[in-house]
Amino acid sequence: MDMLKRAMESDLYWSFRQSPVAMASAAVALSLILASIFAPLIAPYNPFDPASLNLMNGFSSPMEPNQFTQDVFWFGSDDQGRDVLSTILYGMRISLFVGFAAVLFAMIIGVVLGLISAYVGGRTDAFIMRIADIQLTFPSILVAMLIFGIAKGFTPVHLRDQMAIWVLIVSIGLSDWVQFARVVRGAALVEKKKEYVEAATLVGRGPVAVIFLHILPNVLSPVLVIATISLALAIIAEATLSFLGVGAPPTEPSLGTLIRIGQGFLFSGEWWILFFPAVTLLLLALSVNLLGDWLRDALNPKLDD
Amino acid sequence: MLKKISMSTMAILLASTSFAAAETVNWARAGDSLTMDPHAQNEGSTHTLAHQIYEPLLIRDMTGKIVPALATEWGPSKDNPNVWSFKLREGVKFHDGADFDSEDVVFSFERAMTPDSDMKELLSSIKAVRTNGKYGFEIETKGPNPIMPSNLTNLFILDKGWAEANKTVKVQDFEGGEETFASRNANGTGPYVLVSRAPDSKTELKAFDNYWGKGEFPLHITKINYTPIKNAATRVAALLSGEVDFVQDVPVQDLSRVDSDPKLKVIKAPQNRVIFLGLNQGDADLSTDNVEGKNPFADVRVRKAMRMAINRDAIMKVVMRGQSIPAGVAMPPFVNGWTKELDMVPAADIAAAKAMMAEAGYGDGFSATLHCPNDRYINDEAICQAVVGMFAQIGITVNLDAKPKAQHFPQITNLTTDFYMLGWGVPTYDSEYIFNFLVHTKGDKRGSWNASRFSNADIDAKIVSLASETDLDKRNATIADIWKTVQDEVLYLPIHHQVLNWGMAEKIDTVVDPEDQAKFKYFKLK
Amino acid sequence: MISYIIKRAMQSVVVLLAVGLVAFGMFRFVGDPIDNMLGQERTDADVERLRELLGLNDPFIVQYWDFLTGAIQGDMGVSFRQGRPALDIILERLPATLELATVSAVFAMVMGILLGIYTAINRKGFVTTTILTTSLIGVSLPTFLIGILLIYIFAVELGWLPSFGRGDVVDFGWWTTGLTSWGGIKSLILPAITLGLYQMTLIMRLVRSEMSEILRQDYIRFARARGLTEKTINFRHAVKNTLIPVITVAGLQIGSIIAFSIITETVFQWPGVGLLFIDSVQFVDIPVMASYLMLISVMFVGINFIVDMLYLAIDPRLRDGKEG
Repeated sequence: MDMLKRAMESDLYWSFRQSPVAMASAAVALSLILASIFAPLIAPYNPFDPASLNLMNGFSSPMEPNQFTQDVFWFGSDDQGRDVLSTILYGMRISLFVGFAAVLFAMIIGVVLGLISAYVGGRTDAFIMRIADIQLTFPSILVAMLIFGIAKGFTPVHLRDQMAIWVLIVSIGLSDWVQFARVVRGAALVEKKKEYVEAATLVGRGPVAVIFLHILPNVLSPVLVIATISLALAIIAEATLSFLGVGAPPTEPSLGTLIRIGQGFLFSGEWWILFFPAVTLLLLALSVNLLGDWLRDALNPKLDD
Repeated sequence: MLKKISMSTMAILLASTSFAAAETVNWARAGDSLTMDPHAQNEGSTHTLAHQIYEPLLIRDMTGKIVPALATEWGPSKDNPNVWSFKLREGVKFHDGADFDSEDVVFSFERAMTPDSDMKELLSSIKAVRTNGKYGFEIETKGPNPIMPSNLTNLFILDKGWAEANKTVKVQDFEGGEETFASRNANGTGPYVLVSRAPDSKTELKAFDNYWGKGEFPLHITKINYTPIKNAATRVAALLSGEVDFVQDVPVQDLSRVDSDPKLKVIKAPQNRVIFLGLNQGDADLSTDNVEGKNPFADVRVRKAMRMAINRDAIMKVVMRGQSIPAGVAMPPFVNGWTKELDMVPAADIAAAKAMMAEAGYGDGFSATLHCPNDRYINDEAICQAVVGMFAQIGITVNLDAKPKAQHFPQITNLTTDFYMLGWGVPTYDSEYIFNFLVHTKGDKRGSWNASRFSNADIDAKIVSLASETDLDKRNATIADIWKTVQDEVLYLPIHHQVLNWGMAEKIDTVVDPEDQAKFKYFKLK
Repeated sequence: MISYIIKRAMQSVVVLLAVGLVAFGMFRFVGDPIDNMLGQERTDADVERLRELLGLNDPFIVQYWDFLTGAIQGDMGVSFRQGRPALDIILERLPATLELATVSAVFAMVMGILLGIYTAINRKGFVTTTILTTSLIGVSLPTFLIGILLIYIFAVELGWLPSFGRGDVVDFGWWTTGLTSWGGIKSLILPAITLGLYQMTLIMRLVRSEMSEILRQDYIRFARARGLTEKTINFRHAVKNTLIPVITVAGLQIGSIIAFSIITETVFQWPGVGLLFIDSVQFVDIPVMASYLMLISVMFVGINFIVDMLYLAIDPRLRDGKEG
């Protein structure tokens, strides 16, 4: 099993080295992720600390000294005097955190349910797959908004800002688990019939051990593909929900919230408030999407041409 | 459809050199009217739409002057100073064809004085109303009320028969979420008839064929399409692309863009409206703060520190791009009682404010929730966000909760907020109006918008006395007295006076109404 | 075959009952309906009277049953925001959304299939690369941003197309349409493209991969060996076999289009059910949210059912009562 895994990895690595697109997008994605992880270290300001803001810094053009304070901001500043570069770094942190957490959440639910479905079979399988069908009937954005709407009814007002991020994660994650469950179930059904699983059962391994030690490692590659594509979708979903005003609050904005704010200055000449967050979002989603595409082709040579 | 053009309109059209082909005006602003029931909400956008359909006895024209509408003459009776008598206009028809007479006026006044009405504070000095013949109407006040006419300019008259037939005699309970026939339908005497209405989507009006004012007003516009466009960028895009002809709330950042377009123009004027923050200073403890068993806002030193923390100059320069007048008092300069001294803008002084916080025992600060509308005032949410930063500098962590006005305002009137933004226009141009709504203890007749929980029996008595004080000097002295307490107690945290920016197609000819009430019957088309 | 149809129909009913449970749960547990209906001056007696009147004291299952029977008769409660029956408000707004969704679906289908075929036949080359790259960028940009950019370019800078709303709309009482006038059609273009772009990309990629697969298969090779022209092979054989799975997938995407219209309608101030839904989420207007949910699920389940029945008609194996 270890050998098999290693072989797959080296295959992957070889195909990775063969694809300039994959390498470029990996580089972009990785640097964006690192930049957001280390945002507190590299960002010139902390835009989430309202006490540090000076309103007079508002609407500075990129690279030009502010008309009142003479401060210079590389990417300019927004309507509240926040440094756009710093808000992007911090905002991307939220976007990526929501994205990764939502995918992780969806993956855990999906993989667990998919494995149970495949291994237990019968009524349990039918029940889980029926729920998946129902879930699949509803597009993610609708599910997310419903969960958000319901959560809003429950949450006390002063906790809403803190809750917003978690509601985002749960709502995006819940709308995304079906993909994982279906793929894992399909792959696991195939694995289940293979001899090594039967052998493991014969030597007295319990079902939990069989599922997690034997079946799970062998269904990971399709999960990886879906996870990558889901990450891009989750980042976009987060941006969309924040744009619709049901996501991250303006005092602690994500990329989507920043775009919503920047959109107000589309006609007034302060293009940088919209442009830089939008380009960052595009780079992030595009590089992850390209990686996902490449990963799918690399792990599924049948479609490769 | 055959277009009916009255003789006078025809004459004006012929006289003008360029023929105005488009008589339709597409009108947009951020928020919709909250209800069609003209007594249910005393709110600017709601009144603006109502003014096209309904009429009061007296109206302010676009320059703010009181002129006749449904009443032609009025004044206190010679024999009894406690009675105001009105001569009503004859030959006026409601949109459904019913005749207008004094019964309708009595009905409308009595309706507007019921507890569900949001106009009752304006009529609190009234003891009784009665007819005096078919076209005569009398108001008996509890004492002489010298400024009665200015209380009546937004008090719309409904048809008694229509209201009874449609079971809408009772005013819609807006805060209670009630909906009635009158909140969706309208039958006024005004220049425009309600054709269709889809709340938050589109309201269509057309000229009323039997309007009494034909020949008296320009009435160039024959059809009005009113569309609330919440998204500011979409609203500006619609104006720039010519789909919308008239926008009352052009975002300040887009003024130069709109003005530089040859097809469009922007006209500006100071508005009769002040923007401020209110604080719950009456309750023993707050539910939205992090201080247990105490209400930090109850300490006047905290309120003074907060007043000092607000950098009004920065808000004016950056958030408002120069389009506002920083304020030191919660009263627009148009209002009787306003003085330069009262409106002196407190200097922003973080160090002094911090010291005062420490003195009050809140050196480590506290946290609170600020409720803010996001579709009502110019840059309302951005202002709230800016003050969040300013309060953070003196240790107050403010959670911002911004939402549409239809959700925001009930929080104030239902007392479910401890810290809120409010804007106040003063249609009567007199301080009494402000006191009645914002300073008097909240009760059945007065204080409905006073969510500060401020209650002072002495002040309340002074406010009540204003309605019947005939000695104007004495009355003004009382007003000054009340303002002194309001300022000393830091009842409200004033931010600024709004400046109106109306963006419109070049063809529209109008002046800016200081109350932001576009009255389309006065609009001319080039 | 009959048993298969019945089984599918039963499943649809179960799905609807489940969605109904969610919708009912929203009614029952999100916010207190009493709070929404009574003002601040309520007394305990008022509350108790209203609870009894609304049946809030009944057992859960009885309340759910009442809700379901009400829903079937079209009674979804009264909007907290507008005070009118929620279903009426939704039905009033529905034509705008359906019209937009249909036009974008047609746009997505036609363009997606055409571009998909083109890129499958011409595997390499500048045009194909450009189309594929653009489509990836399109998928990576959120819908709302595309909408904003389109407004900026075509409505503001060029002034060719309207930026918001439906333009001139003709009202037939039960239906409203903007398709009868040039102004209405012009208003449709930008929102329809914005809404359809994502589905177009999906369909294009699907068509491309299906068709590439088929072009590699034996019978195509055989056809080529028989000396048929490339054109005949591509269009007579390959396209025909590509379209069957594509159309079923596209059918399912209609549901997605209706849901994603929420975003497009917000950007373009399009007066459809999506905009209504957003407003009702903001206002926590539960009856409207629940009605929207029910209506959308009825539509989705209906479309799913029809797609299944289409499969049944196409795939003879299913007709023998076996599932594929």
